[in-house]
Amino acid sequence: MSSAVLPGSATPKAREITTNPRTSDKVFRGVVTSFGFSALVLLTLIGIFLAVRGFQTFSTEGFHFVTGFNWDVSTDEAGKITYNMGIGAMLVGTVLVSTVALVVGVPLSVSVALFLTFYAPAKIRTLLISIVDLMASFPSVLFGLWGFFVLMPMATYWAKLIYKYLNWIPIFDAPQPYFERSPFIAGLVLAIMIIPIVTSVSREVFAQTPLDRIQAAYALGATKWGMIRAVVLPFGSSGVVGGAMLGLGRAFGETVAVYTILNLVFRPNWHVLFGAGGNIASLIILKWGEATGLETKALLAAGFVLFLMTLVVNMAANFIVGRTLKSGK
Amino acid sequence: MSTDSSSAATSGSNGAAPKSLADVSANRASNRAPGNNPIGSGLEARGVHAWFSKHHALSNVSLDFAAGTVTALIGPSGCGKSTFIRTLNRMHEFIPGAAMAGEVLLDGKDVYSDGVDVTKIRLQIGMVFQKPNPFPSMTIGENVLSGLKLAQIKAENKDDLLEECLVRSGLWNEVKDRLGAHAGGLSGGQQQRLCIARALAVKPKVLLMDEPCSALDPGSTLRIEDTIVELAKSITIVIVTHNMQQAARVSDYTAFFLSDGGPGQMIEVGPTNEIFSRPSDQRTENYVSGRFG
Amino acid sequence: MTTTEVKPLRPWATTPRQMAPMALIFSGSFFITLFVLAFTPLKGKLAFVVFFFLFSSLANTIYSVRKRGRKALGETLAASVIIGGSLVVFLPVFSILYITLRKGIAGIHMTLFTQSMSNASFLDPVGKGGLLHALIGTLYLIMIAMIISVPMGIMTALYLTEIKGPGSNFIQFIVQAMSGVPSVVAGLFIFSSIILATPIKASAVAGAFALAILMIPTVTRTSQEVLLLVPADLREAGLAMGATQWRTVATIVVPAARNGLITATILGVARIAGETAPLIFTLGGADKINLNPFNNYNSALPFYVWKGLTLGTPESLARAWSGILVLIVLVLSLFIAARTLGTQKMKK
Repeated sequence: MSSAVLPGSATPKAREITTNPRTSDKVFRGVVTSFGFSALVLLTLIGIFLAVRGFQTFSTEGFHFVTGFNWDVSTDEAGKITYNMGIGAMLVGTVLVSTVALVVGVPLSVSVALFLTFYAPAKIRTLLISIVDLMASFPSVLFGLWGFFVLMPMATYWAKLIYKYLNWIPIFDAPQPYFERSPFIAGLVLAIMIIPIVTSVSREVFAQTPLDRIQAAYALGATKWGMIRAVVLPFGSSGVVGGAMLGLGRAFGETVAVYTILNLVFRPNWHVLFGAGGNIASLIILKWGEATGLETKALLAAGFVLFLMTLVVNMAANFIVGRTLKSGK
Repeated sequence: MSTDSSSAATSGSNGAAPKSLADVSANRASNRAPGNNPIGSGLEARGVHAWFSKHHALSNVSLDFAAGTVTALIGPSGCGKSTFIRTLNRMHEFIPGAAMAGEVLLDGKDVYSDGVDVTKIRLQIGMVFQKPNPFPSMTIGENVLSGLKLAQIKAENKDDLLEECLVRSGLWNEVKDRLGAHAGGLSGGQQQRLCIARALAVKPKVLLMDEPCSALDPGSTLRIEDTIVELAKSITIVIVTHNMQQAARVSDYTAFFLSDGGPGQMIEVGPTNEIFSRPSDQRTENYVSGRFG
Repeated sequence: MTTTEVKPLRPWATTPRQMAPMALIFSGSFFITLFVLAFTPLKGKLAFVVFFFLFSSLANTIYSVRKRGRKALGETLAASVIIGGSLVVFLPVFSILYITLRKGIAGIHMTLFTQSMSNASFLDPVGKGGLLHALIGTLYLIMIAMIISVPMGIMTALYLTEIKGPGSNFIQFIVQAMSGVPSVVAGLFIFSSIILATPIKASAVAGAFALAILMIPTVTRTSQEVLLLVPADLREAGLAMGATQWRTVATIVVPAARNGLITATILGVARIAGETAPLIFTLGGADKINLNPFNNYNSALPFYVWKGLTLGTPESLARAWSGILVLIVLVLSLFIAARTLGTQKMKK
């Protein structure tokens, strides 16, 4: 039974299909949905609570809170407590330590990711990937201990050696006594802590390099490194950037490891090799024990600043990584 | 692919449509300028076998590709044609678990022998793939010359080489004003011709083509076939194709591959018009007359 | 044509003859390194590894260039850098494990597991007092955090993969943002919201809340990946049989993903087992066993280590090392459990 379409008749409108779910499904969906939105609720709550509690600090100190470089809480004879709190030095420290971590950690992560994806023999590849993932589970307190007891003496030893024998090369002619407990060493430890994250993301991106492009490169007579440079790196570059930003977010918030290594000093210290500095997270732990009243609120405000910083970086990072993995540029 | 070649067995060379495959290829053979351009002394496969782990995929293929000829490899899906050409330029070994046996001689020397630099082999035996795969991060010009960069070959005059390759692949007129544009903006047929130009830039002696037109529309297909015929004057070409008319249109020789459930084998090889009009083997006859495949 | 048995070959594989020059390079570098270490002020394991690597890379590069021409330079250098970089990454892992073992073993005593610090101080030598209170505290923290995070995490994952309702993209985004929240901030949040504003004060529960904030995103993300791996046909089969969505999910999808969900949980636990910072604001750091998770300060393994570390005396540090050894053994076991489960799932 065929019916010809009459000239002039338009295509019919699509029918609206409605499903009325059974009650049990309605309950199910309701429960699951509320859980789903709870994550949103939670995150907003964090932001609100910290902001509210710390608000007082912002209103009294104002912008000075962020730019000031001193943290004095002193009580004079009358029992009146004066506050002068600025996290500026800690911001500088955060940036410094995180920069070292990125500069050292990202190239190393890319090397490992390339090694695991293209160079490692299949038999040990799974084992090595497990080791990298294991690194991600190490407690930060462990990195603090190791950094202090192993890395620092080792780095100092080598620094002294280099200084003693190579100080005729201008770049090594720096007085080194302050090398210990410097942001540089803290940055090194942080680098090791962010490597698992950056490596994981990079590896995922590299593994998704389209095979036909890889084959095209090889068919043109490319060597393995030539192929990597022509195909893998252009494809994965934004993914690596995203991974690096995730690592940056982690470095911003790292507390214990930094605290262990650095002398927390309130002076903006731009000299990465000199032993002083701090970051916001370690400041908070340092002062927490004895803080009361307004100072506590100030620390909460500092926590809020930290929260914002990591939030921005992480959102940007996830956006970039998501775009690479989906688009397959 | 289509089987209006079912008329091949019966129809003679009546001038009206559709010509038989034999006619098409006879036509081509007579149009072909006498080859006097040996690029090296050609490529020869002797007793080539291929395995994927334990699976024996290709058995005892011996083919001699004379310099300056076009050879088509035809046969149903899965009988080892693509695997075979990948053993020719040593791309087969990238597959985990791959193994092979036999020899592949380029200018008389086995490409698998000890001490051979495999990247140099791939410079001399180029490949064009089924799905066009230009490098999206490079411009059109950079794509064509990418082979030089990868192999660190210095060319005296890059612009001349660029133009020459694009002319040979039939793409020059369409892109000469936008060599700096990104390769992703080209159509499928254009991209494939770009890949051909790219392969030509390193001056290979042999060009392997693995179903280069199967992902393209008929218009682009015909253009690329014209390109192949032109290229054949100066380069040896081996083309895998599912399209028998294509084989008839472009090739001098045709080899028929078949698998009977076991490893793929080369059943028969010969001048194209003979394969399509008077094949020796019954199985070849069955295939070209469309009884299966 | 007779079919004689032809043997599959791999002519591209490295033959023993080709490996001979590499063996020569390595043994040569070995001896040169020993020589250098003996006659210069450079000493130590690190110096050995560094110079061995440098010499073998150099020798390898020279050999490749001589054999294959100048073009091999880029390739060999790149390979050396990549391998070198990987060495730099893997060596610290072994160094960390080694020193934890070495320094931690010295402090292992039976009392570690049978006593708390109620009758000892961190300044006492190891042997007096132990970390039993910390073990119990960690156990509480893990259990309570799991009770909170696992349902929340899996439900959120279910919402994102099964219901895919409005706002899914946004929620996905939020979950990812949450996974970046620093542990300090999680602790501060619980402090400012719960400890300051509710009757719940510093206790195991408060600590667990803070840890849950960190654990939920991990569980959600891993559960999501696992749920996405369940093939769509399974779900369609259930629905086609007339089952409601909830039944399909409960009886088909979740069991299919069960191993993966357990792995997700274990990985979440491994992550929080070693967290210190959030506990500083929420746990209180008790020295004696507190069996009440809702009331009064409690302790945990990372906190125990932290206390020993911050005091800085040789005895307290010895305690810290033994504590971290116990913690690492815990994390390692969880990790191995998660891995074994993970591969089991794939074999099925």
